[in-house]
Amino acid sequence: MLEQSVINKLIEIVGESNVETSTTERVSYSYDATPNFQALPDAILAPQSTEEIANIIKLCNEEKIPIVPRGSGTNLSAGTTPLAGGIVILFKHMNRILEIDEENLTATVQPGVITLDLCNAVEEKGLLYPPDPSSMKISTIGGNINENSGGLRGLKYGVTRDYVLGLEVVLPNGDIIRTGGKLAKDVAGYDLTRLLVGSEGTLGIITEAILKLVPLPETKKTMLATYQSMDDAAMTVSAIISQKMTPTTLEFMDQPTIEVIEAYAKIGLPTDAKAVLLIEQDGMVEVVDRDIKRITEICKAHHAVTVEVAKDEMEAEQLRSARRAALSTIARLKPTTILEDATVPRSQIAPMVKAINEIAEKYSLKICTFGHAGDGNLHPTVPTDARDREEMDRVEKAFEEIFQKAVELGGTITGEHGVGAMKAPYLEMKLGKEGIEAMRAIKQSLDPNNIMNPLKMFAKDTRKRVVL
Amino acid sequence: MSSLQKEKIQAAFQERIDYDELLNCMRCGFCLPSCPTYIQSGYKESQSPRGRIALMKAVVDGVMEPDADFEQTLNECLGCRACEPVCPAGVNYGHLLEEARDILNQHKKHSLPVKVLRSSFFKHLFPNQKRMQKMTALLGVYQKSGLQTVARKTGVMKLFPESLRTMERILPKTPTLKTMQNKSPFYSTLSERKKVVGFFTGCLMDTMFNETNQATIHLLQKAGCHVVIPEVQNCCGALHGHAGEKELAIQLAKKNIMAFENEEVDYIITNAGGCGAFLHDYGHLLKKEPFWAERAEEFARKIKDITAVLVELDFHKLDLQLPQQVVTYQDSCHLRNVQRTFEEPRKLLKAIKGVTYEEMPDAERCCGSAGIYNLVHSELSMKHLDYKMERVQETQATTIVTTNPGCLLQMKLGIEREGLSERMRAVHIVDLLVEAVGVPGTPRNMSKKN
Repeated sequence: MLEQSVINKLIEIVGESNVETSTTERVSYSYDATPNFQALPDAILAPQSTEEIANIIKLCNEEKIPIVPRGSGTNLSAGTTPLAGGIVILFKHMNRILEIDEENLTATVQPGVITLDLCNAVEEKGLLYPPDPSSMKISTIGGNINENSGGLRGLKYGVTRDYVLGLEVVLPNGDIIRTGGKLAKDVAGYDLTRLLVGSEGTLGIITEAILKLVPLPETKKTMLATYQSMDDAAMTVSAIISQKMTPTTLEFMDQPTIEVIEAYAKIGLPTDAKAVLLIEQDGMVEVVDRDIKRITEICKAHHAVTVEVAKDEMEAEQLRSARRAALSTIARLKPTTILEDATVPRSQIAPMVKAINEIAEKYSLKICTFGHAGDGNLHPTVPTDARDREEMDRVEKAFEEIFQKAVELGGTITGEHGVGAMKAPYLEMKLGKEGIEAMRAIKQSLDPNNIMNPLKMFAKDTRKRVVL
Repeated sequence: MSSLQKEKIQAAFQERIDYDELLNCMRCGFCLPSCPTYIQSGYKESQSPRGRIALMKAVVDGVMEPDADFEQTLNECLGCRACEPVCPAGVNYGHLLEEARDILNQHKKHSLPVKVLRSSFFKHLFPNQKRMQKMTALLGVYQKSGLQTVARKTGVMKLFPESLRTMERILPKTPTLKTMQNKSPFYSTLSERKKVVGFFTGCLMDTMFNETNQATIHLLQKAGCHVVIPEVQNCCGALHGHAGEKELAIQLAKKNIMAFENEEVDYIITNAGGCGAFLHDYGHLLKKEPFWAERAEEFARKIKDITAVLVELDFHKLDLQLPQQVVTYQDSCHLRNVQRTFEEPRKLLKAIKGVTYEEMPDAERCCGSAGIYNLVHSELSMKHLDYKMERVQETQATTIVTTNPGCLLQMKLGIEREGLSERMRAVHIVDLLVEAVGVPGTPRNMSKKN
């Protein structure tokens, strides 16, 4: 618990109405979207400016109080669960789009801006902010940057990292720095912008960001191909890429996933198919038409049972939103839903999917797999029940094997959800001891008192899961 | 709250709250943008569905005690259930909330005046249709005898909270006792017979809004329905259920099921979104009573809103006409979020010649009426209403249409508060449709002023 004198100082910084310490509020910020992680913070602050944040950090650094910056709490790696207590910082007052610069094609935003609001605002000006995580209706840009979020358009457009040009950051010692700028080229010094993107709040607090925008594509088409075998679908993905086409979206869903999405969205997905590919291409009309035609041929050549192009934007949006709801829809099957995001080079999709199925069988688990096939980023998801200790044990073992297999195939333990607390024990599997040491050296030099989001990224011991 | 009381509440939560339902919430946060109290509170997690479920779970898990803050956050929920259609995991938030409120209410030590008031309203007035009639007739006496004028002039009304004061002004002209008692149990169709329907008349709708009920019967007849009105039916119990009086709600539900189950009807029609939703949920309400569960399900399956049956029977293809006007529609939360009826009212309005339909931004967001919310949380309710009236004005509408008496009164309140009564009116969709279809005695070319 915080001493009253500390609380008084915090009130002095942000004002009484922006400090919450009641049990109700503390419980309300004790979780994020990750199952089985919960811990109460001591206080919740809602600062209004970078200066206030700098003052909070200085005080916390003196008093050695942990700080967790939190957007909308939709992350899936327990990255915003305040496991060491301390202070949760909210950005609800820092939620303005400061500028959309149509000459430089940039947007300057505060961290609390909702991702979808930014997307809509720039689209009104004929521009596109491409990163579109499934939670975009709720997630904040600050959260996206800290987690380096991906999304459905990642194959062609990349992820959040590829759209952050510059940042304003408060470092753990209270210094305010500005990295990058509205610049297409900038090699002045270490690339701190890239270091901070995806740092999960462990190196400082992002208070402003300059984001890159691109021209809004002329048109977009969406199509759906169904398969009687998972291998055929995976081969299609490889074939499309090897024929020098880059669709905007190349999403994959297996049969268990299709069944639950159809039960929720009722949009006529074929529940008897073993695999479905959701494919989108955007760009100039002629290019899109040509690509969709060629992709249709490739699908058919790889034994697609049906290939359908969405008639209009409404049909297309239905397909996209159904895919976005995949995770939460699987949650209907069982009380607890555990989702991972093992990622492999896209040429290894078929072997990875096969391995996941074998592992599921070995541990007698139902695993729904969906994900960004074009990125090699899969979401094996297990509907289970946290109260069933015996099954949870099998889930844990299964995921450990999935991670191992992914790394073996040249992949990684997490493609877009982040390490947080959930995957910290597995990080060494990917980086090796030396890799972790290099990261630790950076962390210690910037945050010697370990106040920024402690117990994330760096595990106490490797391999063993923290809570599950 | 004493610690003993807290312990008792906690034990009741552990015993009664459906833990599977709590676990079904996987905290994805998809509900947040749909929640009016989350937005109104300046994005407070504790004022969101995800937060409230986490708090209930924390009480069950023993992470926290059910303290005053906890009770307040549950009470300040509008219960609009806008979080349910957007929940991909299908969490029945409304059921969790109702159970939690019932527990809190059972352990609450109400002050004597509140006790008396609750008892007279919930036990003696609403469940008894004869008393409802007399009460409404009394209101009529108040309005017509000059007492109303006296009350206003002497400033007695200033003793009441602002929303109640304005509410007193906007109550409809009440029907006489004779009109209310003049009922027939059966009305035959005025065109080719397509369906036989039961009509759930409701308590408020059958008294204070008696005219709307008469209009409903007329529309059903026009659309091709024989209308059966079982005499012994009573209040649906929604007010009780939402206010933590579950046991009384169950008693009312049983009476209604008995009233309708012997009638051979295709549907049971309601014209109040809130009642319809509660009737629709009877299966859940009675699921633990083996003798009743199946009968309740059967009853619930037949529930249909008047707008849904009218569209089904092609009423919108009749010749509907009104003088030129801009019309907008305010969803009844429970009609939309529980009965999932939202296209039909719009379809009907768009079918009227002379009507320019303007969709209101955030039409699906609660207006703040929310049962008795606007009386017990007057200040918060007015904030929701202010937001709503701003959106209404953006549409330039002169007619706001609703499908529930609570929403109707709240919209009238909004019009009165904003001083717009000269150029704007709020009507129940049924009353507008009766104008549009042209009923003897209601010349359709004469737009009514309220």
